[in-house]
Amino acid sequence: MNASFTITIDNQSVEATPGESLLEVCRKANIPLPVMCDFKGLSPVGACRLCLVEIEGVPKLLPACTTLVAPNQAVHTQSDKLRKYRRMIIELIFSERNHICAICVANNNCELQKMAYELGMDHVRFPYLTPVCEVDASHEKYVMDHNRCILCTRCVRVCSEIEGAMTRDVMGRGFDARIITEFKQPWGDSTGCTSCGKCVQVCPTGALTPNDAAQGRLKKNPELVALLIEKREAKP
Amino acid sequence: MNLQQLNQISESVQEKHGSCLKRVGVCCGAGCISSGSTAVVDSLKSAVKAKGLEDKVEIFPTGCMGACNQGPLVKVDTFNETIYQKVDAENAVQIIEQHVLQDQVIPSMLLFSDSDPEPKVRADENSFFQKQVKVVLENCGLVNPESIEEAIHAGSYMALHKVLTSMKQEEVIYEIKKSGLRGRGGAGYLTGLKWGIVAKFQNAIKYVVCNGDEGDPGAFMDRSVLEGDPHRVLEGMLIGGYAVGAGKGYLYVRAEYPLAIKRFEQAVKQARSFGFLGKNIFETNFEFDVEIRVGAGAFVCGEETALVASIEGKRGVPRPRPPYPAESGLWGKPTLINNVETFANVPPIILSGHHWFSKIGTSKSTGTKVFALTGKINHTGLIEVPMGTTLREIIFELGGGVPEGKRFKAAQTGGPSGGCIPAQFLDTKVDYENLVSLGSIMGSGGLIVMDESSCMVEVARYFMEFCMDESCGKCVPCRVGTKQMHDLLNKICQGEAASSDLELLEALAPMVKETSLCGLGMTAPNPLLSTLRYFREEYRAHIIEKRCPAGVCKMKTAQNKKKARV
Repeated sequence: MNASFTITIDNQSVEATPGESLLEVCRKANIPLPVMCDFKGLSPVGACRLCLVEIEGVPKLLPACTTLVAPNQAVHTQSDKLRKYRRMIIELIFSERNHICAICVANNNCELQKMAYELGMDHVRFPYLTPVCEVDASHEKYVMDHNRCILCTRCVRVCSEIEGAMTRDVMGRGFDARIITEFKQPWGDSTGCTSCGKCVQVCPTGALTPNDAAQGRLKKNPELVALLIEKREAKP
Repeated sequence: MNLQQLNQISESVQEKHGSCLKRVGVCCGAGCISSGSTAVVDSLKSAVKAKGLEDKVEIFPTGCMGACNQGPLVKVDTFNETIYQKVDAENAVQIIEQHVLQDQVIPSMLLFSDSDPEPKVRADENSFFQKQVKVVLENCGLVNPESIEEAIHAGSYMALHKVLTSMKQEEVIYEIKKSGLRGRGGAGYLTGLKWGIVAKFQNAIKYVVCNGDEGDPGAFMDRSVLEGDPHRVLEGMLIGGYAVGAGKGYLYVRAEYPLAIKRFEQAVKQARSFGFLGKNIFETNFEFDVEIRVGAGAFVCGEETALVASIEGKRGVPRPRPPYPAESGLWGKPTLINNVETFANVPPIILSGHHWFSKIGTSKSTGTKVFALTGKINHTGLIEVPMGTTLREIIFELGGGVPEGKRFKAAQTGGPSGGCIPAQFLDTKVDYENLVSLGSIMGSGGLIVMDESSCMVEVARYFMEFCMDESCGKCVPCRVGTKQMHDLLNKICQGEAASSDLELLEALAPMVKETSLCGLGMTAPNPLLSTLRYFREEYRAHIIEKRCPAGVCKMKTAQNKKKARV
């Protein structure tokens, strides 16, 4: 076991163990950090850029989820610049596809919506791009509405890393990137999907939902997946 | 293979050259091939055959000779290297009959004879060549890139022999460090330092990767080096492999470069059969082999972590650094990734020493840089100049200035990651730091010249479109930010933007720059920011006056709209 050491986060001394990420340390110390793509137990990808922090002596902003702790690190999570950038990022996500809460099944049960409140987003200053995306309702239990997808790839990772089915991936690039099932076939035709529903539970928006959810009535239970991951990692 | 055998090969090539009356090289770089140089080769060969001189006159393909827009180029190559331009299958015969057989120069076909009233018989007397210092392109355009014997005769694999038989690993790294060589892919990281990081990992499997995924619009340096002198790149990789302790190398090259792939593949095969690849190279314990990986057309795969993912067979998307590939690269192993031109600089540094190399260029940016000159310039082509050469020298002396007497407006360096440098900075010495301070970057060496007929807002829009299309889509700032910035620039170009749109752009640009995951997003706003810095007036004209000063952008003004309705 490696000896733990102390780092400073927002002028507060925090204990850290080698190999931990800054995000993990923040979570243990109850220091709030906004995250969209990260999900505890899944491999971090550093894609949403909301958990960017400033580290003294490092010229660029680094994502807390993929940056490992190092002795004598001095981290700042709440500068004016970071707050400004985070707000712009969440606005960019809202501008990208269709995130109109009033007509979404995930209304009031949505991590994206919650994040927008937390970051103080009162309006979106960028033009809405809202491309017309597919809605895949071919699965017997679930629906994938690409119009609500923010490409956090939690579903891709939970499917390969926890369920082991590797049903999902990303296709295309840039603004045209889409989550696909198998080789871009309708979800219902997938022979690899085990219909376990973990992707639905970890999806932070209304992109993946059970097909019987009515507007605003969606119940998701990501904690169940988190618990499952924890149990799998625990040594008997 | 040993030194004696190497010298024997060299001598037999020398003998063959000596028995020739004349040697005629035909540029078979991608540019000249596309303007018909293979037909020229055939025509020259049959003309020689008709005279029964096959043994006396050697016709051979070469790599890029540099003056690309004058192609196909033919070099008559005994003592006074004459280059003929725009040669076709018909007038090629004339070269054989007049110059080769009767030693009569053909003035009307000499290089630059259409613009120069006194075209030079000796090609290197042209201003295009005079200020060039050829280190990387030493053999390019002189040597047949398809023959390993010719490459050996030109000095290839001598540096490898020196390294393997007389230098320790740390001595090689010391030499590269001391030379001051910096990464030619764009970022300019000290090559020796990178080698040192990879070398310090003990008892690990390590890899060497040569990054040939050159993708900037208007850039063709790495392509020309791979096509014109593949053995030099291979030798650089071998020396790198020895220095860092790697046994396997990969060349990552884009599928759009079929000739570079073919020539490098050929070079690898030849090197293997000559014992420069495989086990016991030069009768030592050193073992190394090289594989080629062909990219599938994604610009982002030039970013080193995306490149690693692509070689591993995964989707080519970048991941956050650190850890850098030098610590954890291919399959999690320490991996040395250098650009084609960087590796091509290695053999001459080993042979001539770091003192020689560091005397070329400036104190912080040593050596030379290969540039691809394109755009509104008389002499489009490939050049190599010492670092610290001014833009004015490059564009007006080597490049022959702007055509049709138009006024020079800006030079774009660094492709979609770089910026536009306006006329008032023409006397800036080109090196890594100076270009950054002007809001651009060295980049891989693309240099696009723009004249008064270029609209700088349109230029910014073009490069933003490029970045938007090439963004992998992984991180939000790049995926959505480049799209939003592109749409806003588009609006400005169409005369439909308000001042508030410019404010939005100016808010987005620094955010995308600072928060994007990889270099693509981090540098995507550069063309926008640099044109805003130097050509703000043009943005103003588009937004306020609904007018494009260069007359490039088609404005959707109220009048035009009315016309459209009618």
